[in-house]
Amino acid sequence: MSTVNNVLDTQIELFGVKLDNPIIPASGTYGFGYEFSEYYDINCLGSISLKGTTKEARYGNPLPRIAECPNGLINAIGLQNPGVDKVIEVELKKLDEVYKKPVIANVGGHSFEEYTTTVAKFNDVDKVFAVELNISCPNVQGGGMAFGTNPDTVEELVREIKKVSTKPIIVKLSPNVTDIKLLAKAAERGGADGLSLINTLVGMRIDLKTARPIISVKRGGYSGPGVFPVAVNMVYAVKEVTDLPIIGMGGISSAEDVIEMMYAGATAVMVGSYNLVNPYGCKEIIDDLPVVMEKLGINKLSDITGRSHNV
Amino acid sequence: MISKKLTVVSNKKLADGIYEMRLSGADYVVPGSFLEVTVPGFYLNRPFGVGNYEDGEITIYYKVVGNGTDKMTEVSVGTKLNVIYGLGNGFNMERAIRPLLVSGGIGIAPIYYLAKAFAKKGVRPIVVTGFRNASEVVLSNELKEIADLVVCTDDGSMGFNGNPVSAVKALDKEWDYYYACGPMVMMKYLKMYSDKGELSLEARMGCGFGACMGCSIITKSGYKRVCKEGPVFDADEVEL
Ligand SMILES: Cc1cc2nc3c(=O)[nH]c(=O)nc-3n(C[C@H](O)[C@H](O)[C@H](O)COP(=O)(O)OP(=O)(O)OC[C@H]3O[C@@H](n4cnc5c(N)ncnc54)[C@H](O)[C@@H]3O)c2cc1C
Ligand SMILES: Cc1cc2nc3c(=O)[nH]c(=O)nc-3n(C[C@H](O)[C@H](O)[C@H](O)COP(=O)(O)O)c2cc1C
Ligand code: FES
Repeated sequence: MSTVNNVLDTQIELFGVKLDNPIIPASGTYGFGYEFSEYYDINCLGSISLKGTTKEARYGNPLPRIAECPNGLINAIGLQNPGVDKVIEVELKKLDEVYKKPVIANVGGHSFEEYTTTVAKFNDVDKVFAVELNISCPNVQGGGMAFGTNPDTVEELVREIKKVSTKPIIVKLSPNVTDIKLLAKAAERGGADGLSLINTLVGMRIDLKTARPIISVKRGGYSGPGVFPVAVNMVYAVKEVTDLPIIGMGGISSAEDVIEMMYAGATAVMVGSYNLVNPYGCKEIIDDLPVVMEKLGINKLSDITGRSHNV
Repeated sequence: MISKKLTVVSNKKLADGIYEMRLSGADYVVPGSFLEVTVPGFYLNRPFGVGNYEDGEITIYYKVVGNGTDKMTEVSVGTKLNVIYGLGNGFNMERAIRPLLVSGGIGIAPIYYLAKAFAKKGVRPIVVTGFRNASEVVLSNELKEIADLVVCTDDGSMGFNGNPVSAVKALDKEWDYYYACGPMVMMKYLKMYSDKGELSLEARMGCGFGACMGCSIITKSGYKRVCKEGPVFDADEVEL
């Protein structure tokens, strides 16, 4: 095992930062990271995407926030978080004690101003090497439609954020659109440094006994292994139209899934729901990665990004 | 928290729709803590209170309410199940000199383990257990030996005729602190009667170990996760 590790290179590079491997826990499924250090040494991770953060503290939606689905779950947490100031002063400090590598902040908002103010607060935070924008939040001024469904809004939002941010900006694309490529191009025009995809698919479950939706706010986001083929296709499609680095996610639950997602065009990957059903999920994938690489004859992981486009 | 494969050493029906499953290969867990079982064929793990721990064996008591618990009844002896255990906080046993334990329905699971733990300390608790009717009553013989037991049924088909809170109000024995687990209505009325106690709460969970914020409730001292800061809360902390 250890000899395998020495020979095979799992390193990747994102925005000039070298990550030991491409495995990043996805926002919202790993809290602010430090609690997982009770279970294993989280320094094995490539990086961490922090829980979605907003300008002010938010409690989020009433319970129930979770509904089970075949091969996944629906969540409607509603961006519960202590607000950006506490995230920086409290949560990131706790994380820094147990995790020595740079991380990705994840920012949500309901107006342009909320996004720009929150993103700018991370400018002076050394621990954060990039900011990921969750654009699946409803745009209150724009009639409540998610920011991420309108190319013009996405372009304008990213442009405004780029004006105030000193960090690389990753735009996290929503799959709930007619053509995700249009949104990818819009983000690129706005000045995005990278893209991450996919966020959750809007879904609903109904209780058979009461005929009521299970989730308190009726609908939520579907994620887990059931969305993996959708995510692979969308990463593949976006890779065809842009050279921006792509962080692929959606249902990843094994080292094999990581490699498939990288073949489709991902430079790095995020693992979400799998953390919720297996607290050791990310660690097991990282441990398994060199074994699967060897099986597939891959020596250098960064070589395989987008391979399926050239065969 | 420990994530491990445990072996099913028994899985049997105790009463109408109520089953007992014993899992071996486990480490000690405190009364009031819970576990998550991976049910074959289902994505999310199912949370259950620890119903007993003895010599490396955890017992759970479960009620069939949906597809997952229905599937659990088919799990045969010898099967290895993925279990994440040692979750949540547990009851604070130090707070009672004369403990009162109250359960409604399958809420008896953690209450039974707590009664056993008090008995081990040489304390004989008062236990009030409530059920819909006689066909659902479980664990009475076991509890009678270690506790002063009052069994109630909603339809009066066994024991006290009425709900556990009415039975608590009618008690002729003294208690100074209670521990309760049961349906929300029961806990609500118990808390209205007295907030000198602890309540074990339920919520639909994503993870069960603090990662997803799926189970957050508002308490007097801020937001708390039922799975991490709970499932046991001081009665005067929570709003039901
Ligand atoms: C901390 C805690 C301790 C529990 N202890 C026990 C126990 O000792 N014995 C027992 O019989 N039951 C207990 N429950 C309830 C038990 O978890 C549910 O009855 C069970 O998950 C239902 O699964 P299902 O697949 O049959 O139902 P379904 O309705 O098909 O399940 C669908 C989804 O909803 C969730 N769900 C459904 N009902 C509940 C519920 N009441 N609480 C939480 N999640 C639910 C399931 O876990 C699953 O994710 C406990 C719940 C919690 C939160
Ligand atoms: C419980 C839960 C909470 C989430 N919270 C956020 C969030 O705060 N911000 C965000 O950008 N995405 C959030 N997501 C989406 C995930 O980061 C990810 O995009 C999605 O779940 C798909 O990946 P998966 O199938 O591996 O889970 C959340 C997902 C889940 C399951
Ligand atoms: S169930 Fe995930 S935080 Fe409680």
